Amino acid sequence: MNDRKIPVTEDELHAYVDGELPAERRADVEAWLAAHPDEAERVQSWRAMAEMLHARYDSIAQEPVPARLELERLERRPRQWLYGAAAAVLVAFVAGGTAGWVAHGAASAPSTFQNFTADALDAHRLYVVEVRHPVEVGGNERDHLQAWLTRRCGWTVFAPNLEASGLKLVGGRLLPGPSGPASFLMYEGASGERYTIYTAKTENGATQMRYAKTDKDGALFWAERGVGYVVSGGGDRDRLTKVAQAVYDQAEKNGT
Amino acid sequence: MIPALRRYARALTRDADAADDLVQDTLVRALRSERLFLGGDVRSWLYTILTNLNKNRRRSLARRPQFMQLTENNPDASGTEAEGRDIERALATLVEEQRSVLLLVMLEGMSYREVADIQGVPIGTVMSRLARARAHVKASLEGERPTLRRVK
Repeated sequence: MNDRKIPVTEDELHAYVDGELPAERRADVEAWLAAHPDEAERVQSWRAMAEMLHARYDSIAQEPVPARLELERLERRPRQWLYGAAAAVLVAFVAGGTAGWVAHGAASAPSTFQNFTADALDAHRLYVVEVRHPVEVGGNERDHLQAWLTRRCGWTVFAPNLEASGLKLVGGRLLPGPSGPASFLMYEGASGERYTIYTAKTENGATQMRYAKTDKDGALFWAERGVGYVVSGGGDRDRLTKVAQAVYDQAEKNGT
Repeated sequence: MIPALRRYARALTRDADAADDLVQDTLVRALRSERLFLGGDVRSWLYTILTNLNKNRRRSLARRPQFMQLTENNPDASGTEAEGRDIERALATLVEEQRSVLLLVMLEGMSYREVADIQGVPIGTVMSRLARARAHVKASLEGERPTLRRVK
């Protein structure tokens, strides 16, 4: 039925499955596949293949990383100062991957807002995949968690109630921030989606809310009274915005 | 990132110890390298190091005797396990470059551009490797278990 269109090539079929096909061509390929069941079956078999690969190998990415692969161990070598600096950069990248910040030179000031957000996204990506140990202190100890993080961080760390957004507090942990400690809180929704709130000291007194995105995750960040907030979550920007708004409102009310 | 590197290394080598050795060497190499300070895409870069180190590893491996698995796999194993073995065997029949492309695209979710950079070849080469790898694995899976073809 669509034979008047340009015929679909083998390369295009692969590009279609791999999400590399230009958007304007998708409909053509889909129509063509509908008219060519053998080819559609072949495309489907590639999808099944991808599922098999993930079913076989994803569990390895979920295992705890063996001690000998921990960067802290690997970096404990001569020329400490160099490794220290290199490792710090690498840890930031490796933890989360491509937060889209480049040329973070060893000499550059460490606490610009961008680095800060990248740190938060890295922490987000590092911990949201954790099944058994996502947090140090569980959400059932909310008061203790808040008191502990407040004491260690030096500003009021407050775990907002996000149940109106369908999120439950999983718990939190203390992290090294760009200039001192950072607090990290994790929330979880009904279908397992996780959101995290990262706060750390920042030079920016107060800023507007801004959005940053990596390939999978998004983050909204702002500063208020010298404390930077980064709310990170999955790709759904609208939901993320609602969550961040709730965090912002409660933090305001709480006077933190 | 390290978990994903381990997953890729395991699928590439199909050997747990060799895979973690590879990841360790990759990280040590990365920590030592000055390129870190120039920024750029660290993810692609780590995969590039790992891919290259694996080439060296295979070269030295080729001079050693091959060890084969003695026990035949349990044919009554559950469906997922059996599928896991099938895909593992199918991967083993691919030449290294094709296996690497297949895994980077299908398992690690990399773009063709990233894979081209990692392998140091044009995108066209990546696409033809991918097409051949898919055809090969499909044939191998169907030969292995003719009943496996799923229609969804």
